[in-house]
Formats: sequence, structure tokens, C-alpha cells
Amino acid sequence: MAAVQGGLVDADNEKDIKTEPPSDGWVNNNANDGKVLSASPGSSATAGSNKPAAATTATAAGTPEDQQTLLAVLQFLRKNNLSESVEILRREAGLPENSLEAKAGDSSGTGDADTDAGDSSSLLSRVTVSSSARAPSPKKATAGEDQPDVNVVLSAYSQQGDPALYDVYYSGLKKFIETVLDCHRAELSQVFYPLFVHMYLELVYNNHESEAKAFFGKFSGDQECYYEDDLRILSSLSKKEHMRGNETLLDFRTSKFVLRISRDSYQLLKRHLQERQNNQIWNIIQEHLYIDIFDGIPRSKSQIDAMSGSLAGEGRREANKTKVYYGLLKEPEIELPLDDEDEEAENEEGKPKKKKPKKDSMGSKSKKQDPNAPSQTRIPLPELKDSDKLDKIMYMKEATKRIRLGPDNLPSICFYTFLNAYQGLTAVDFTDDSSLIAGGFADSTVRVWSITPKKLRKVKSAADLNVIDKESDDVLERIMDEKTASESKILYGHSGPVYGISFSPDRNYLLSSSEDGTVRLWSLLTFTCLVGYKGHNYPVWDTHFSPHGYYFVSGGHDRVARLWATDHYQPLRIFSGHLADVTCTRFHPNSNYLATGSSDRTIRLWDVLNGNCVRIFTGHKGPIHTLAFSPNGKFLASGATDGRVLLWDIGHGLMITELKGHTDTIYSLKFSRDSEILASGSMDNTVRLWDATKAFDDLETDDFTAATGHIHLQDNSLELLLGTYMTKSTPVIHLHFTRRNLLLAAGAYNP
Amino acid sequence: MAEERRQKQCSVGLPTESMKAMAESVGVGQLQEESCVALSEEVSYRIKEIAQDALKFMHHGKRRKLTTSDIDNALKLKNVEPLFGFQSQEFIPFRFASGGGRELHFYEEREVDLSDIINTPLPRVPLDVSLKAHWLSIEGVEPSIPENPPPATKEQQKVESTEPLKVVKPGQEEEATIQGKSQGATAADGKGKEKGLIRLKPRSTHELSVEQQLYYKEITEACVGSCEAKRAEALQSIATDPGLYQMLPRFSTFISEGVRVNVVQNNLALLIYLMRMVKALMDNPTLYLEKYLHELIPAVVTCIVSKQLCLRPDVDNHWALRDFAARLMAQSCKTFSTTTNNIQSRITKTLTKSWLDEKTQWTTRYGCIAGLAELGPDVIKTLILPRLTIEGARIKAVMDGPVVSNIDKIGADHVQSLLLKHCASVIAKIRPQPDNVEQYRTDYGYLGPMLCSHVMKARTQAALQAQQVNRTTLTITQPRPTLSVSQSGLSGSSGPRTPSIIKVPSSLTLMSPRPGTPSQPSPPATKYIVMATSAGAASTQQVITLSSSQSASSVTSTVPSASSNLQPLVKLESGSGPGLTLTQSGSGPGLTASRPLQKYIVVSLPSSASSSLEPKSSVLPTSISSTQLDTGMKMERSESPGASTQSPH
Repeated sequence: MAAVQGGLVDADNEKDIKTEPPSDGWVNNNANDGKVLSASPGSSATAGSNKPAAATTATAAGTPEDQQTLLAVLQFLRKNNLSESVEILRREAGLPENSLEAKAGDSSGTGDADTDAGDSSSLLSRVTVSSSARAPSPKKATAGEDQPDVNVVLSAYSQQGDPALYDVYYSGLKKFIETVLDCHRAELSQVFYPLFVHMYLELVYNNHESEAKAFFGKFSGDQECYYEDDLRILSSLSKKEHMRGNETLLDFRTSKFVLRISRDSYQLLKRHLQERQNNQIWNIIQEHLYIDIFDGIPRSKSQIDAMSGSLAGEGRREANKTKVYYGLLKEPEIELPLDDEDEEAENEEGKPKKKKPKKDSMGSKSKKQDPNAPSQTRIPLPELKDSDKLDKIMYMKEATKRIRLGPDNLPSICFYTFLNAYQGLTAVDFTDDSSLIAGGFADSTVRVWSITPKKLRKVKSAADLNVIDKESDDVLERIMDEKTASESKILYGHSGPVYGISFSPDRNYLLSSSEDGTVRLWSLLTFTCLVGYKGHNYPVWDTHFSPHGYYFVSGGHDRVARLWATDHYQPLRIFSGHLADVTCTRFHPNSNYLATGSSDRTIRLWDVLNGNCVRIFTGHKGPIHTLAFSPNGKFLASGATDGRVLLWDIGHGLMITELKGHTDTIYSLKFSRDSEILASGSMDNTVRLWDATKAFDDLETDDFTAATGHIHLQDNSLELLLGTYMTKSTPVIHLHFTRRNLLLAAGAYNP
Repeated sequence: MAEERRQKQCSVGLPTESMKAMAESVGVGQLQEESCVALSEEVSYRIKEIAQDALKFMHHGKRRKLTTSDIDNALKLKNVEPLFGFQSQEFIPFRFASGGGRELHFYEEREVDLSDIINTPLPRVPLDVSLKAHWLSIEGVEPSIPENPPPATKEQQKVESTEPLKVVKPGQEEEATIQGKSQGATAADGKGKEKGLIRLKPRSTHELSVEQQLYYKEITEACVGSCEAKRAEALQSIATDPGLYQMLPRFSTFISEGVRVNVVQNNLALLIYLMRMVKALMDNPTLYLEKYLHELIPAVVTCIVSKQLCLRPDVDNHWALRDFAARLMAQSCKTFSTTTNNIQSRITKTLTKSWLDEKTQWTTRYGCIAGLAELGPDVIKTLILPRLTIEGARIKAVMDGPVVSNIDKIGADHVQSLLLKHCASVIAKIRPQPDNVEQYRTDYGYLGPMLCSHVMKARTQAALQAQQVNRTTLTITQPRPTLSVSQSGLSGSSGPRTPSIIKVPSSLTLMSPRPGTPSQPSPPATKYIVMATSAGAASTQQVITLSSSQSASSVTSTVPSASSNLQPLVKLESGSGPGLTLTQSGSGPGLTASRPLQKYIVVSLPSSASSSLEPKSSVLPTSISSTQLDTGMKMERSESPGASTQSPH
């Protein structure tokens, strides 16, 4: 990355700093301009909403580690002559003015903070300066000015053991673990992979190339198959010089590999290592591993396998302890005009009649506040416009006609095939009311089609708009230019393949994210680009509008997800913590949270309010390419290149089940409107339907041994699979349930 | 194994020679070995890194193929200038060259003449992206429409029929369970299949949707109806529609029963139509007919060798049907003959046996020879050539002898021209050149002189246009290219049915276009077909739809009055009368061995309530063992033991 190109560095502005949160913690850059989550749209008087975030910032800055991080940032800013930002940040963080100088003077002697600050400038976007990297080991600034980055990152590899003994150490441990009791073996085997990697890296770092190769050759076969991708990267890395700028290596070094081990097993391991005086291994365990010890029975092999696979081990248990308000926000009360509806309803064999009372009861239920729901004003949301209210009414009307799905009542699937796309279709989205479909293409274009008979029209030009009668009832109709009516429109503006696309809930806007590093906001009234949001300097893989509009999230190759508001050209929040590209982003139905999936094979749930990471889900064995929240907000589904769908309980922070069946990357997931059915679409040219109700019901009968966070997965994929539908060599890259529960799927025909 | 693979990953790198070559190409002369090693390691590492990043772009581009633009993007990510000039969409056209003790892969850059480019007309603008909607599933069931893949791929059908015991692949397995679920079968079926120690072949349900039933009705009616345009459409549909898999058993039964009945009725037109259906089924790329050969082959063989195929053998051209059917037979032998079913050798045996029989009629004799000849030059060489003398003598006896009957004479005439046609080309190949008439006479007897002239003609043709001859030989061995020709011949021949149009059906006019016109495009065929329609229409009494003809033939079929009058159920006792299936039966003792199988076959013509048929029709494939071919060739179907026990007898 940037580190490879040592030179480009300082030209870029401050937004490129990525500070590694100490431990998936709260660090929130606030985009450095001091503006916290902006005032609610439309009203300027809600500055109060700033307070909580600012307060957290101040309090949290108290811990020494965070302070160090802040200092590093300040140092960097100062270096780049961004004095205003320095001032603001300093005020925001509540640091005394002289602290920086003092500290800087200090650290220049010890080479601690100074190195970090200097590094942060040179590592810039890729190398995440981790405060945890500093904390554990007493640092010897082994300088070597020419390669500060590697040294900082690898300083812990300074220990020099006899390279020939590594082999012995490792096989000694292997032998020991093979001889322990069965119940401990699976748990202790977890140690193998991180140990193997670190020992290999130590060998490489200390220039023992041939030993490293031999070591790799001897033991790489023992590692779990799901680490194969990482091993492949490791295998190519055989020289110290290669370590510079290698992402995987940095990930490994900067984050502690998290293992969950029961107390008994851990004691066993500790005793063994101490008896043998096996300091080499013990050091690695102490410095590079985070062992999460729990009391209770050791976990079984399958339990461990279900959770492992991510780049940095499992999520820590306490990381998933925060309370998440996963409930839905109360629907605004809109009076439902029930006039002309009834006549229609009777025509349809009284079906809607049955639903009506149900609907009412649901309505009354929703009036009571869901205990799990966030407060209505937790984050400022845009007020409903008249048109939104009309849309809500339409939605409710449609909802009454919704088909109840179930195992015996599978949805019909309407497939939209993109013809002549020549492998160029990269992203698809439908509007919520299923009136429009948009496609992003590799040739940088975005195309919008109308899939209803209503054609797409532009608004008239300004001169023509002046002429029309603004008081007339059908002004909305009059502003449209009939001459421009067509079935599809093409939006030009990006300069690279479009990877993510998302309609705004009110259908007035469209977002697209591209390889060129920008997210663009398009107006669907004028079919022009309104804003280009720049911030990610690398490809932006995905973007998603909040279900309430106004906010949106984007995530990209720079490993962070950003929260934006449509009327701000800079991000409101930067969510950093992922160890590799953020590949997909999704808003929670209540807009208070968002989920990101990453190539580091973890899913994180972030709190929009304060930028905290509130959940880390591990278990996927490949980069995650799609996420879907259940409409009730309780569950999350994720699909990855490993062809598996995992279901997560957000409230408990646990995996519910895994759905196996796909044979290739899953690119799309969607819950039906009532959460009964989960549809998944994949590169293997199939759409599969899963019984979500059953999966969730099974869960409720399960005893949640939440204390230890263990999960018992039964292999019931086949029972949950309700249907498989093959397409004719058309990968399924998007799925959407209409308001009446008809499933729409889309993909490009691949001749 | 994984270890080995990883080892490989670990060690793969660019050879140092490449470094040298590259250094030379940029003007660095002497590169030290050490620097080469260092460079190659570094370069390999960087290339791997870039490849990894490029993969990322591929994944996000939702493709399976890594393209040059992915590499460009990966380079861009590293702030390296992308490579220009590699714009190939499909593959990078690297070429290999060796010489001077060096091996190189290079990228071919042709010199481009600008004026050429300017003068060439612009290529067609590629089609714009468009959107098309179709139903992938309707309430959980995937409709069989061209937009959806066929329910079972040809390979799958093949595996199913050839290796029923083979472990079911995971994908199929699930599909089967899905099908089971959606079609109301018990889930236990699926379970048992997975876990049961005895691997049972999954019982498939043969339920046709209402649409499929309508389709079946339309198609079968059109195929045997009088409107040629409709028939062409129907045959086209059979030959191309991907969703016919489930209807295949019905079609095959329809054909076999149809042949059975119409042979007795001597209804030449219908037999031709049915054979064309067989042809269409074979042409369908999504169908694998192996499972239904036990029904189709007897029908086809009947059309080849039957003693009488038409009402007036002296005037009607049934020879063309025999030729056509023989080609079908040869095609199916080629496609489906395996070491286990031995179709080809069994067919050959059967045909030879009846040919060798002294009492065999000329019609059957013709069919046997045609059937054998179509199987290829090898068969002609080993089986037909040695018998030319005997056959010649027989022909001579008829031609020169006292006029017994016109029919015999016509038959002998046809046999003669058939032999000449097929043997000439083979002899031309295996016989050294000077073609001496006397020599031929001694070698081949009566047919010698004529053969000689044919052979000479063949040789001159071969000399004139080697390519054309090649193709004509192809037309003999390969049934496919001759389809159009044969059809034109066929339909033209069905014309003479009304004697007023053409008096004497001359075999020569039928055969002569063949060598001359190799694989004509279809238009002329259709033209002839129209003629045939008019001819067929002239004798409307003969064209009867299947159902009515069956009810008329009191010998073979009984219309069950009990079942219902809405759905035309036809119950047939298969194999009850050997005479009707093979009309040559009277003479050939071996072939006729009639074993009246007391099994009931239910032919379901499209009906609304197919559920009542379902259990019985599922028995179809197992219960009918072919009747007429039984002696020489017992059609054993490769069935799992489980399946055979399942079928309720």
C-alpha cells in the first residue's frame, strides 16, 4: 500500500489517518473538524445531540493509551502545519496546551511516542498505529531509520532465538497437545495457528530464510484449512524486506490474536511451557496472543470451528457485551384512510379482511415502546415530509395484501436478467417499492430502469419551471418534462467500476460507490450528480442508505467504514477496526446501528451515535460479501465467499445457525418482509430459500449459555433449505422482496 | 496433499532466466547471477501481491474470471502505473517461442496498417445492456421455460441412466429433496437416500403440470396431424425445448405405441411422422434418451425391416422410410452403444440374421441391408461385401426369371441400387485401382459390372473434388448431415402415395440427389414437405389421429370405457400380438418368438387429472421389456436393485 511507496505520504490531508482503536474501542475521529454528528436535518436547533459524543470523547481520553493515540494524531497534524485542526482537536480532547510539547520532548528521548507519530505519517493509510502494539512489550527503539515502519511493527520480533530450535519448540508443543486429554486437545490446538505464524515471521524477520521455509513446509499442512488463504500470503513472504507493507503481516502484528480457552486448558498449557522452560513460545503467547479465559467445560472441536476462521481469532467476549437496542423505532402515527380500499379488498376473496384485524393489533402493539428499541431521539432523524407520509400509507396498504410465506407457501421469484452486460454488472439495487432498478457497471456507468409502466422523466429546466403555476394541485406532475420520458437513464460521472449502489428510501436519490474512491449522490429527479463524497482514497466497495434517509454509510479498501450525511461533504463518523477491506455495509432497520463485513472475515456492528463497535461476529472462513438485517431488527444474516450463510442474534451477540448449500460466493441475502424466509443468491447461479422462522424458533428452545457464549450448532441446513432455483448461467447478485412478498432477483447473463 | 500444494505455492517463482531476458530487453547487458536471484525473488513476491489484490477486484466485480482490468486496478491501488495495451477481454494472447536455447512467452503485436483500419467499415455497435424479466419460480416451483435451465442436465440424465449406483452429487441430492418437497413426496425419501446403507434410486414422480399436459397434447396432435406447418413447428419445439425431460417417457411411449398400431394399419404417413419425432427427440441437446431406447429402438427397427409398411407396396415409397429409420438406428447406435448394452452388436446380429434367412421378403431384406449399411463402412466391409455374390444371384433370379410379381421385382430393384450405392464407395477405398469389369464379375457375380461402373464413378468424383467426396462419405456414415436430404427424399417419396401424381416410384430419382448434393440446407426440404401435405391431404382417410386409430384397431387395443371419457386413456397389452409389431414375423422364427407379456401399459394422453396415472406410469420404464427384439437382444436396463423392487408388478 502506501507504505510500499514510502514517498507519497504527506501530501494527503488529515482525513487519511487511521487510528487503530486500542481494543475495538470507541475511538472516533470525528473527521477532525470538531463537528460531531451534525444537527438534525431541517432544524438547526438540536445542537444538544452533540453532547453525548463530545462527552465520551473527553472522558475516554483520560486513559493513558488513548491519550497517547491522540498525541500521535496531534503530532502528525502539527507536522503537516494543520494548526487549526490541532487546536480544535486539542480543545475537543481536553488536553493541556503544553502537553504535546512536553510529551514530544519526552518521547524523542525514549523513541516511543515520537516514533509512533513519525510512523503514523509514513504509514499513513495502511499501517495502523496500534496503541496495543506499544503497550505490551518494553520497547527497544531498534531504530534503523531507513525502515521505521517495520521496526515499529516488528519490534517485538527482536528476540533472537536459535533458529534451529524453532522446529523443536513447535514440535514439542505439538507432541504435548497431542497427548493431553481429548477434552483439552481441541482448545489447545487453537494455539497452533497463531504460534505458527508468529514463529515463522520471527524467523523471516531475523533473516533465517531457509529455516523459515523449512519450518513453513513442515508445519503449514497441520493448520486448519480455513486459514489457507492467509497461509498462501505468508508463504510468499520469505524476506525481511517483504514484511514492509505486507498487510497480512501488519494485521497480525498490530492486533492480538484472540483465543478463547477454558481455565483448565490454559493452566495445562502454562504448566507445560513453564516446566519445559520454553520461553520462546511463552513469549509469543504473552506478547502476541490474547487468551480469553473462561470458567467451565472446555469447548468441543466443532464449537471452536464454528467461531474461528477470522484473521485475528475470535471476538473477545466482552466485546459483545454492550447492550444493543435492536428494537424498531416506533412508527409515526399516520391515519390510514380506509375509504376506497374496502371495495378492492372484497374482490380478493376476503383475504385482506382476515389481515385487517391483525394489522390493527400490530398497530396497537407498536404504540407501546419496545423495551429493546432505542429512544426515538437517540440519533437525530429527518422529519417526515408529506410525500414520505403518503409513501408510508401506500406501504401499509400494500402490506395488507402481503402474502404470508412459509415452508408450504414459497414466494414466486421474478428474475431480472441483464443481457449484453458482458460481465460488467457489478451492483444492483431495487427501490423499496420495487418501481425502479439500478445497476452499477464496470464501465463506470450507473443505469436506472423503471420496472413499472411509468417512465422515467426529468424535471423541466429552470426557465420552464418558472412558467408553471406553483399553486396548482398537480404541480408535482407539471414539473416533469414529458419529452424526456424513457424506460432507462444512464448516469455518467464515475471514473472506475461502480461497486456499490443504493436508493434512498424516498426514491429521490441514488448513491453509488466506485473504484475511483468516491461516493456519488445522484438525483433521480434531474438524473444528474449532486455530490461527490471524497474521503476514501481507495476503492469504495459498498454504500448503503439509512432506512430513514439522510445518513448513509460507505466502506472500502482503506479498511474503514464512514458515516455520512447527505448534506455534509465530510464524514460524520469513521468506524475503524477492521483488519482488512470493508466489503459490505448495511444499516440496521432502526438506523441507530450499522453492520460492516470485511475481508478479515469478521462482521462488526457499530453504534452510529458514538462510533463504538458493539458486536464482533467471527465464524466466516472467507471475505464477507453480503449482509442482511431481519426486518424486525433482531437478527443479522451474512454471506461470504465460503458459500455459507450465517445467522446471528444481535441481542445476545451469538451465532444462531449456519446454512450450508451454496457452492460459491454469496452475493445477496434478503429476508422476506415478515422475516419468515431468507433468500440467498450466489455466484453458483442459484437462488436458495431458507426457513428463517424455523431457524429462529430452534434458537428460542435452546438454552442460551450466554455466560460462556458457547454455541451448539446442529447441522440442519438441509431441513432449513426450502428451495433451490437454478438460473441459466446467471449469477444472482441482488435479491429484493416487494412489499407483497414477491421475490425479485437480478443478475447478468454470462454466456 | 494440501501440504504438497502449499509447498508448491511456497516455491513457485520466476526463473532467473526471465530476469536476464527482461534485463536484456531494457538494455542491461550482463546481469550477475546473484542479482538475478535477488530480483526474481523480489519480482515473484510483488507479482503475487498484485495478483492477490487483483483477485479482490474480481470478487467485487462479481466475476469468476480475472481480467486485465483487475490487474490494472490492483496496480493503481499500489500507485503503480497500469499496464497499457492489454485490453483483451477473453484471454491474453501470449505466444510461445523457443530458439537459441531459450524459451519465451511473448505478446504478439502485429503491425497495423492505418489505412486498413480507416477504410474498414465500422464494426457493429455492441448491443446495449437491456433488462429482461422472467419467472424463476412460481410459488416454489421452477417453470420449465427456455429462460430457466432444464430440470436435469444431459450429463445428469446420462449419469442417471448409465450409472444409477453412482454417488449422487451434493447439488443433485438437494435438488432431489427440493423436488420431493415441492411435489409433495415424503421427506423420508430424501433422508433415506442420504443415510441409508443400501443406496436406492430415488423414485421420481411423473406428474405433469396442466401446461405440460396441454403442451403434450398440442405437440403430439401436431406431429401426427395433417398440417405440415404445424408439424414443422412441433418438431422444432421437440428438437429445441429444454424442458421436455419430464415428458420424455410419454413421448417415447407415444412413439412406440404409434408405430405398433400404424404398422398393422400400414399407415406409411404416420410412421414417417413418428420417425421424425424420434429424430427430433434425438436432436434435442438437453435430452438423453438412453432410458427410453427399449421403446424407441423396437419402433425404429420395425420401420426398417417390417414386411409391409404401406397399403400399396408397389406404388408407395416406403423405401425412404426404411432409409430414414436406418439412419436413425445408426445414430442411436453411435450415441448410446456402450459395452454394457451392446446395442450396435445386437442390432447387427438381428439384422444379419433376418437377412441371411432365405425366406425373407425383399422389403425386409432391403431394410436389413440399409440398417447394416448405415452402421458404417466397417460393417459394410465385413458383413455386406462377402454376400454380394449371393445377393446378386438372388436379384438376378428375380430380374431375369419369370415374372412372379411386380412387387418382388421392385423390391429386387431397390435392393440392387441400395447395394450399389453403399458398396461402391467402400469398394473404391479398399480395392486397388484398375477396375476391371471381368474381375468384378468374378468377385461379385451378377452385380459386378454395375458395381464396377459405380466404383469408377466414385473414384472420378473423389479425384475431382476430394473435399466433396469426403463429405459424401460422411453423409453415409454420419446420419446427421443427411437429415435434410433424407427428409426431402422422404417427403418427396411420400408424395407418390397418390398414384396420379407420379406413376412409378423410381428409386433412382430418390437416391441420385444424394451424392451430388451433400447436406443441403433445409429450405428445399420444406418445399417438398408441402407437397407431401397435399398428397397426404388427398388421401385423408389414411391420416387418422392416433387415438382414433387405436380405438379402431380392435386387435391390439381396447379403450377402457370405465376410466373416463374425458381423458383418453388407452390401455394396451404390449407384446400381445407379435404379428403387429414386426410384420416379417411370419418368416423369421427367431425374431418372432412372441412372449405375450401380461403387463399393462397406460398411455396417458394429456388429461387434467394425471394423478391417477402417476403410480402406474412410474412403472413404465421398468416393466416393459421390449418385445420384438427380445430374442436377439434382451434390453437390459441398468437399474439399481432397489428400483426394480419398487416397481409394483
